[in-house]
Amino acid sequence: MYRKKECIAMLLAGGQGSRLYVLTEKTAKPAVPFGGKYRIIDFPMSNCLNSGIDTVGVLTQYQPLVLNEYIGNGEPWDLDRTNGGVHVLPPYQGKSSSAWYRGTANAIYQNINFIERYSPEYTLILSGDHIYKMDYSRMLREHKKNGADCTIAVLKVPMEEASRFGILNTEPDGRIYEFEEKPKNPKSNNASMGIYIFNTKTLIDYLVADEADSTSSNDFGKNIIPKMLGDGKKMYSYLFEGYWKDVGTIESLWEANMDLLGKNPEFNLYDKRWRIFYRHNAEPPHKIGNLGKVCNSMITEGCVINGEVRSSIVSNGVFVEEGAFVNDCVIMGNVTVKKGAKVEYAIIDHDTVIGENVVIGGSRADGHKITVLGAGCKVSDGTVIESGSMLDAQD
Amino acid sequence: MSAVGIIFSNIHDRNVSELTRVRTMASVPFACRYRLIDFALSNMVNSNIITINVITHYNYHSLMDHIGTGKDWDLARRSGGIKILPPYISAFANNENSLYTTRLEALKSLTHFIEGMTEDYVVMSDCNVVCNIDLNAMINAHIESGADMTIAVQKRTLDYETAKKNVLIESDENGRIIDIEANPKNFEGEADINLNITVVSRRYLQEIVLTAIAHDYKSLTKDILMKTIDKRDYRIYRFEGYSAAISSMVDYFAHNMELISDEKKYDSLFNVADRPIFTKVRNSPPAYYSDSANVKDSLIADGCIIDGTVENCILFRGVHIGKGAVVKNSILFQDTIISDNASLNCVVADKNVFVHDRVTLSGAPSLPFYLDKGRKI
Repeated sequence: MYRKKECIAMLLAGGQGSRLYVLTEKTAKPAVPFGGKYRIIDFPMSNCLNSGIDTVGVLTQYQPLVLNEYIGNGEPWDLDRTNGGVHVLPPYQGKSSSAWYRGTANAIYQNINFIERYSPEYTLILSGDHIYKMDYSRMLREHKKNGADCTIAVLKVPMEEASRFGILNTEPDGRIYEFEEKPKNPKSNNASMGIYIFNTKTLIDYLVADEADSTSSNDFGKNIIPKMLGDGKKMYSYLFEGYWKDVGTIESLWEANMDLLGKNPEFNLYDKRWRIFYRHNAEPPHKIGNLGKVCNSMITEGCVINGEVRSSIVSNGVFVEEGAFVNDCVIMGNVTVKKGAKVEYAIIDHDTVIGENVVIGGSRADGHKITVLGAGCKVSDGTVIESGSMLDAQD
Repeated sequence: MSAVGIIFSNIHDRNVSELTRVRTMASVPFACRYRLIDFALSNMVNSNIITINVITHYNYHSLMDHIGTGKDWDLARRSGGIKILPPYISAFANNENSLYTTRLEALKSLTHFIEGMTEDYVVMSDCNVVCNIDLNAMINAHIESGADMTIAVQKRTLDYETAKKNVLIESDENGRIIDIEANPKNFEGEADINLNITVVSRRYLQEIVLTAIAHDYKSLTKDILMKTIDKRDYRIYRFEGYSAAISSMVDYFAHNMELISDEKKYDSLFNVADRPIFTKVRNSPPAYYSDSANVKDSLIADGCIIDGTVENCILFRGVHIGKGAVVKNSILFQDTIISDNASLNCVVADKNVFVHDRVTLSGAPSLPFYLDKGRKI
């Protein structure tokens, strides 16, 4: 028997993240490492835990191996529950049909059975590609207070950037009267964060209707939300104030990592009231050697630093040898930077070996572009890799 | 072949009485992020011993807090898993109601439990020795030799001082134990020291416990092993990797510090393929080094925030080092805060210590300055 839940979360984690190029070659975007010891999906998952949501369906599709393994039984996020917990929901074969998830709405549509098991009054729709800390329980409280059919979390963005987002135009009380996807001349700067709370019954009705409409592209932003607005449903915005970053591009992923650094970082991982949980590797403490020098950087367990590291995020098990210099970099797990190598303004994916005296990229201050090395690259001694390059292990 | 583990958590508490005032020997912090019991537990788990009983005696809240359900060691199991056995005082058996002080007394007080075990072999371990040992290899050696009991030892060159703190085991060319000498006061030279890891068949252990009850024996070494050394076959298993026996505060300090200076020892403990050391997960973020950080020759755990100078130190999780502070040759436990411009040398700071601005503290390697848990100075 399934006991009833007030609210469950559906986390859309099937995206390819094609604008992350080599970083998502073998990994779904939500499983891309972030901030030294986290993965992107840790943020919405930890938000669920911290907001008291104990039932989460994770919809996977693209390259799910790493993601599935990472989620596992959900134990790191207290989601290994007898009633509820985390459920990975891949596309499946039905009796008469089988289909990949065709859009965000279709993905949820295909899992209506899962939602109905818990008969939740409310369903929270999340996506697995943003870095933020948010209390969904507050949003739910607003949703209930407004007696809304749907509540959409919004963020104030700079007016000049508003045309890159889905913009919600609202009455003073927050009720939405118009939704514009990437408008040329935005009327407001309330950008949709892609976080929705629906009354489950209304959601299911609209998903079923949307599925029946062959002209629909089965997308929440493009189809479901405009349709509901057109029908005069009660839709409210919920203003989120705080750090939020879409890490869908190489540049934004790098920037979001850098936002963790500093004495008063833009995004603070050290706040004990809102901890971010992650799946743990058993690695020993990190070691700073006699010649090591580390400034304005984060270093994770299992690292041995004998060179110089500045303004960088260094994940677990990274070796930086004597005379090596790492600056403005995001270094993922188990990378080795050998003697005398110089790496600047780059993202280096896991298990890459950078040979002796290799030069990668160039100083950001001198206007160089970001350089990216995919997982498992072996860069032989003395190689020079121009800034702005993007290499994978085959190159 | 199946084996069960028994870990004695309190046996060596007196060795580092400062650190065990509020905890068991098993829960004494070591090497940035571990507690001593992590090594015993990880050795067992890495050798597929997944039924583990931890015998404890007093001060065991910190131990229970550390172990929790056992899931961080993969020991939260339906079949097997970890069990903590606090003192069990029967209404009939123990007229004095005194707590046990030796391994044998502890086992005697758990007769019912010992009788109920079904595994073929029992691996017993104390918590005072830090090492990364393959117990499967040891159990196999035990089975092959046909011994009644096998004791792990390590060959060391001892001076008078260290010999006094150890149990020396003498064996013949086949590895059969011919003499056991506890804390000799007049020995120096090469000898095998006891690592307090023992393999014994379950049946023989059950027999020992029953004999001990019948004769009111108190000591495993003196009353059982020494009395039967000619009749029974007791053997050594010589462990070649790194091991550190903690017998005093000075030892404790030195063994932590040698993990910084000696890469081989560090690797032999932490970088053994497929044999990681597990510990309680605390969900700390990575360590942050600010622009004014100046760190070298140190082992640092996650969650630390460093603004000052740190040299030759062991920092546990969540330690903060203020700007202008200079910390050298020190061991700072979890969540210790060193304020700006403070200066520390050869200090061992227990959990949650707070050192104010511009305070200067200095000990010596032979007498580390110890700050007790929660001390504000």
